[in-house]
Amino acid sequence: MSVKLSIKDASFGYNDSQSVWENINIDVREGECLCLLGPNGCGKTTLLNCINGTYALKEGSVFVNNKNIKEMSIIQLAQTIGIVFQEHSAPFPYSSLEVVRMGRTPHLGLFETPSEEDTRLALSIMEELGIAHLAGKSYTHISGGERQLVLIARTLCQQPEIILFDEPTSHLDFKNQAMVLRTIKNLSQKGMTIVMTSHFPNHVWDIGTRVSMLGFGGMVVQGPVEEVMTEKNLSKTYGVETKIYDAKSGIGHIRFCAPNLG
Amino acid sequence: MMNTPAERIPEAGIEYIEKKPSKLKWALMAAFPIFLFTISLFLGRYSVPPNQVICVLGQRLFSLPIETFWTDTVETVVIRVRLPRAIMAALVGAGLSMSGASFQGMFQNPLVSPFILGVSAGASFGAATGLILELPALGIQALSFLFGLLAVVITYLTAHIYKVTPILMLVLSGMVVSTFFQAMLSLIKFIADDEEKLPAITFWLMGSLGSVSLKDLGIAAIPIIVSIACLYMVRWKLNVLSMGERESRALGVNNELFKAIIIVCTTVISSTAVAFCGIIGWVGQVIPHFCRMIVGPDHKVLIPATMMVGAGYLIMIDNLCRLLTATEIPLGILTAVIGAPVFAYLLRKTRGGWN
Repeated sequence: MSVKLSIKDASFGYNDSQSVWENINIDVREGECLCLLGPNGCGKTTLLNCINGTYALKEGSVFVNNKNIKEMSIIQLAQTIGIVFQEHSAPFPYSSLEVVRMGRTPHLGLFETPSEEDTRLALSIMEELGIAHLAGKSYTHISGGERQLVLIARTLCQQPEIILFDEPTSHLDFKNQAMVLRTIKNLSQKGMTIVMTSHFPNHVWDIGTRVSMLGFGGMVVQGPVEEVMTEKNLSKTYGVETKIYDAKSGIGHIRFCAPNLG
Repeated sequence: MMNTPAERIPEAGIEYIEKKPSKLKWALMAAFPIFLFTISLFLGRYSVPPNQVICVLGQRLFSLPIETFWTDTVETVVIRVRLPRAIMAALVGAGLSMSGASFQGMFQNPLVSPFILGVSAGASFGAATGLILELPALGIQALSFLFGLLAVVITYLTAHIYKVTPILMLVLSGMVVSTFFQAMLSLIKFIADDEEKLPAITFWLMGSLGSVSLKDLGIAAIPIIVSIACLYMVRWKLNVLSMGERESRALGVNNELFKAIIIVCTTVISSTAVAFCGIIGWVGQVIPHFCRMIVGPDHKVLIPATMMVGAGYLIMIDNLCRLLTATEIPLGILTAVIGAPVFAYLLRKTRGGWN
């Protein structure tokens, strides 16, 4: 599979003297699901914002389809890379359908408004994700998990080639987590290229194909899930002793990791 | 297997019918300004029989072959006083309301007014300066317009950092610039001669459509109409921008370009309005809020709704100004006296308009 997204020798800092991280090199192949792990505040979300061009790198470059994103317009970037932000409320109670339809923005001219066709696409995507029943409901009056699904639908409406997820399951309870993760897994299985940051290393086993573990200042380790998800790497990345537990039950083989509380 | 109700996806699916404002609502909103515009031509202190009003309008506006049977005064009152005044009220009402709605979307806050970037403070200072320098009417209007623009330019440049203009910086520098120009206005008032100039400035600041002439209308109409058209065309993108700049950028919106378009349009509208009619507060806040209750928050329908309702509202208030008491009440007083309680009621009813 060809390399879809490539980050080369990247450094980022909010000022010239200090860097949040340096020398980041990541290759994401078409159809892969890369999970970005790392402690709070190490710059995972910042890295996502650099990939879609919101922040400019201090050094290095980001390539999408072998094209430097600096040479792409805001519209071209939005047509290629979609990002699902952490769920949040909106200042106005738009209908969920309206929020999903906003995903058509990069395909519309400056003075254009969405057509019937755009609305049909938005609805069919909502139906695909099983949230068509939310279409008429106010985005501000649905649950956090539902909002996250609406934001995923909006990103799909952009018809991007790569989707970035920023902590898609934070603040969500088990049912909502399952709803969101199942959706991401489905997308991945259909061949979408995905980069996802997460606070929960356990999700990696479910949906990741590769893992990058980011620490303070730069990359700790990266590679295929089976090789990288070890007690040693997790302990080093999070700065706390972490254990991996294996369980075999009637329904299959489950692994999970947890910090040692002593 | 039967699905539980909670999991069942309604058959609606693709055939889901979107809730849109009904045709009746649109018709009523369109009829509101048209009706008030029409009756305002028949109302006034100088009584003109309705048949004369109709015939004057027919002859002068539509070149109908009607023989003149009215006095010159009647013609002046209808064509040179009432008509430009009603048109100006409609343009300013529509313009300020659309500006308010656009700014509320852009600033992601339903309580913002079109004057938040300091345009009214700058324009007031310009007009007061013109009055004290005893400039002719056109000079006062020009100075007021230019200082309105200048205030917003200063606000924009102050807020512009690292090639971007964050919304929060705009709000803060707008406050700073407003405060500065308000202080300068106080200074002008302080040095103004209190027999003539000070009352003139004070009266001017209260806002009025009383002195609008056909010539004024000719100058003011074009910038206001162009800006209104421009705001109308970008209206849907306001939905995207109101989700926050980070998101709108990720969705492919060039935030800086887009904010610039909105700021230029609203500033041209507000500066022109203040230059010709003085400070008319509360229209830009109350009308968008009111319209959101009628048609919902989607800017695609909200913007045209504010245009219609705003135009009608200001014509209505101006008619009250003209007719309520023996001497004309300044417009700015009534928009606030009526606007504030209405706004308070709307705030309580919509619990702040958030969600």
